[in-house]
Amino acid sequence: MQLQQAIQELITKMADDELVIGHRNSEWTGLGPVMEEDIAFSSMAQDKIGHAWALYRILQESFGGTDPDQFAFLRNARDYRCCHFAEMPIGSYEFSLMRHFLFDHAETVRYQSLSGSSFTPLQHLAGKVKGELKYHTLHADAWIIQLCTAGKDSRRRMQTALDDCFQLAGGIFEPGEGEDLLIAEQIYPGEAALYQQWLNNISPVIEKAGLTLPVLTAPVYGGRKGQHTQYLQQLLEEMGEVFRLDPEATW
Amino acid sequence: MNDSLDPRVNRLRLDKNDGSFKVEEGENWNVFEVFHQEKRGAHHEHVGCVHAPDASLALIFAKEQFGRRKKCVNLWVVRSADILAFDLEDEDMFANNPDKTYRDASGFKVMDKINKFKAQTK
Repeated sequence: MQLQQAIQELITKMADDELVIGHRNSEWTGLGPVMEEDIAFSSMAQDKIGHAWALYRILQESFGGTDPDQFAFLRNARDYRCCHFAEMPIGSYEFSLMRHFLFDHAETVRYQSLSGSSFTPLQHLAGKVKGELKYHTLHADAWIIQLCTAGKDSRRRMQTALDDCFQLAGGIFEPGEGEDLLIAEQIYPGEAALYQQWLNNISPVIEKAGLTLPVLTAPVYGGRKGQHTQYLQQLLEEMGEVFRLDPEATW
Repeated sequence: MNDSLDPRVNRLRLDKNDGSFKVEEGENWNVFEVFHQEKRGAHHEHVGCVHAPDASLALIFAKEQFGRRKKCVNLWVVRSADILAFDLEDEDMFANNPDKTYRDASGFKVMDKINKFKAQTK
């Protein structure tokens, strides 16, 4: 695989994760447990869509890709590179919150590593999203600790959410084909290194919350190769419904 | 007694109140006042309030309620119950202020002196 193609694969999977989880989290808008949290969660979902747009824009500008809107809304499901974790339906609030915690820490680790990337557009973007991600993980950590120390039933539900999420979260770090090339060219340090750093970052919060970290025995892979759950197709149909009415329209 | 729209209020069973009901820790959230700072060195200004289980989550909520648009560099939150205020009926303590114009700082004419000093030090 050529370096150029490997970089595009890296950006596409990052962007698709952000778009899909951003859309998922936006499904809580108007349904959040309290007004303040509803606004915070919706606002962070918007940030994710913003990150996806910035990444699609890099594909367009640096690699002659298609318009970000067209690329985001008009591909077939098998052309998306998001992990299964991002595709899963919102479920209960504890599931969505736990996914937010695990995903945003992974995202933070990834962008932190990109702040030293030899590929300048990603290096710039890493600097731009740093403050937003700091807030996202602060929000996630505070909720995890709050709910895990709010009584037995609450902690039990959070542990169940962690158990339900963990193998799926492992899928964020599915190794890719061009990875060795990306590591050699110092584009980013590779999935195994990111996974290790992610564990280091989430472990103290998990411990403080009194949760038991599951062992990663069967990470859910496939998304990076275009194999998806049934939920992605449903999500894409809903997300692109308005856009497809008139793909040429100016918004 | 009507049910409240807030399940936490319903759980208090105020209708059965014999004077002994107890609010468990974390059961009812506090209101926190939010203060917004537009730039470094500027005063924090009161902008509203949020409802939260503790101060750290209040600050996290405040960031999205009051700090997600336009300029902001810092926020404070303080539990509303921790603010000590005068009673409304004590407003009369301030009633004669408008008569005491000799306390206004507006009568001093100093700009000429300041401008002269600035010109000298240039």
